[in-house]
Amino acid sequence: MNATALPSGAIGTPFDHQQSAHCESGAISSLLRHQGLPMSEPMAFGISAGIGFAYLPFIKFGGLPLFAYRLPPGQVIRGLTKRLGIRMHTRRFKRAADGMDALDACLTAGRAVGVQASAYWLTYFPPDMRFHFNAHNLVVHGKRDGNYLISDPVIDIRVECEAEALQKARFTRGVLAPKGLLYYPEYIPSKMDLPGAIRSAIRRTTNLMLYTPAPIVGVRGIRMVARKVRKLDPRDEHGNKLLLGHIVRMQEEIGTGGAGFRFLYASFLQEAAEVLDRPRLADLADRLTDVGDEWRSFALDAAKMCKDRMPMDYALLADQLQRCADAEDSIFRQLRAAAK
Amino acid sequence: MKKDEVPQQNAKAFMGHDKLLYAQDSDGRYTRVPSSGWEAEEIVLDQAIAEFERQAADAWRRAKTGQGSTLEYHMFQERMDLVLLAQSTGYFKWRVRRHLKPGVFRNLPARCRERYAEALGKTPEQLDTLPDQPSAQPPDPSPYQSPLQSDNS
Repeated sequence: MNATALPSGAIGTPFDHQQSAHCESGAISSLLRHQGLPMSEPMAFGISAGIGFAYLPFIKFGGLPLFAYRLPPGQVIRGLTKRLGIRMHTRRFKRAADGMDALDACLTAGRAVGVQASAYWLTYFPPDMRFHFNAHNLVVHGKRDGNYLISDPVIDIRVECEAEALQKARFTRGVLAPKGLLYYPEYIPSKMDLPGAIRSAIRRTTNLMLYTPAPIVGVRGIRMVARKVRKLDPRDEHGNKLLLGHIVRMQEEIGTGGAGFRFLYASFLQEAAEVLDRPRLADLADRLTDVGDEWRSFALDAAKMCKDRMPMDYALLADQLQRCADAEDSIFRQLRAAAK
Repeated sequence: MKKDEVPQQNAKAFMGHDKLLYAQDSDGRYTRVPSSGWEAEEIVLDQAIAEFERQAADAWRRAKTGQGSTLEYHMFQERMDLVLLAQSTGYFKWRVRRHLKPGVFRNLPARCRERYAEALGKTPEQLDTLPDQPSAQPPDPSPYQSPLQSDNS
């Protein structure tokens, strides 16, 4: 492992910082690598069956509905560790002081720890990227002079954070409140059924995308959003622009690896094709990449329309979403058969 | 997306740093590719920030003329809204809505003020003041530009 040595006078453990696309899959895969288990971010994301789609009009962010391109926070770690038989140590805290003491105790014991925190109060984030999102994940691996040494999965360099700021970020209240959550792998089995885990995860993902009995989830959810966009009232252009901008942000901005996790999942399918020795999965990875490109062209057009660089055309955007839905419908059906 | 199609448009929000994308190399193999920013993302990010700034400026004007409370300004200044502030204090929405009225806020007991101050990361005294200019920027400047430890960049 090419982990850089700790700075002198620090407690903790050297940690190999590798930037990831998504915070949760990045944090858990780097923690597993730290313990000697080779695990790429796409593989972790794929086995967790993290990809998905859901349109949740009853959950509001700043008055706008939630568009999720993946399972809720926490499910990546849960899905991955469950399928591989890894046991995690997880703890939440009532009192902030206890949470900070427990973190320090882990570092003194030479352990790297995954931590859930609000992105807004982490002072090392660029100001424009600081939003009230409570389910950001990062790895704390050391402490020096009251500052924590952090490997934040979505940031390209190692960072530090003052104890006060980290405490505030770990103990914000509200939806998905972190409650000081910290975690690390406690037991990693020496033998794992990787092909079995991959097949089970693909079954779960295709189930979610194709057969969820709710019209707001999976391929049907994408179709519903397409219908909704087609029927937007042209008189409320300011509101519509906020909605479209919001969809694009959920899709591209919040550590998705591009195209709402579609590229990340395609990368997983390529790895899975080799593990299972089924070249068919690699073909499907290429097709999913094409859908990802369609999602990206939707994002670019919608953004340009928001900025009046392109005439507002709801039907055009709806057609693009419709094409994504149709293509994903066909891909996930074939994937289900190919991974049997 | 091919590796050479990964946008490199130096988004100012990234402050010279990169995010990571997954893209295909010339053989079609997926690989990790840093991206310095993309037009589409930059537009929607600016839009979201502009909306925060618009809300903060409106609240600032209302507070200045006595139509609104300084608490309302500080709520928007910290990029929150009624729902978020209610969630992060644990108060019901109707109660927060009431506390946002200037007359009610002025007579709020210290206990409540402290709760708001804590949720907004400020001191109770700061909640009473109004800056010369409205802003929707996090208060403490980010040390991101001069990373404390850039050994691997």
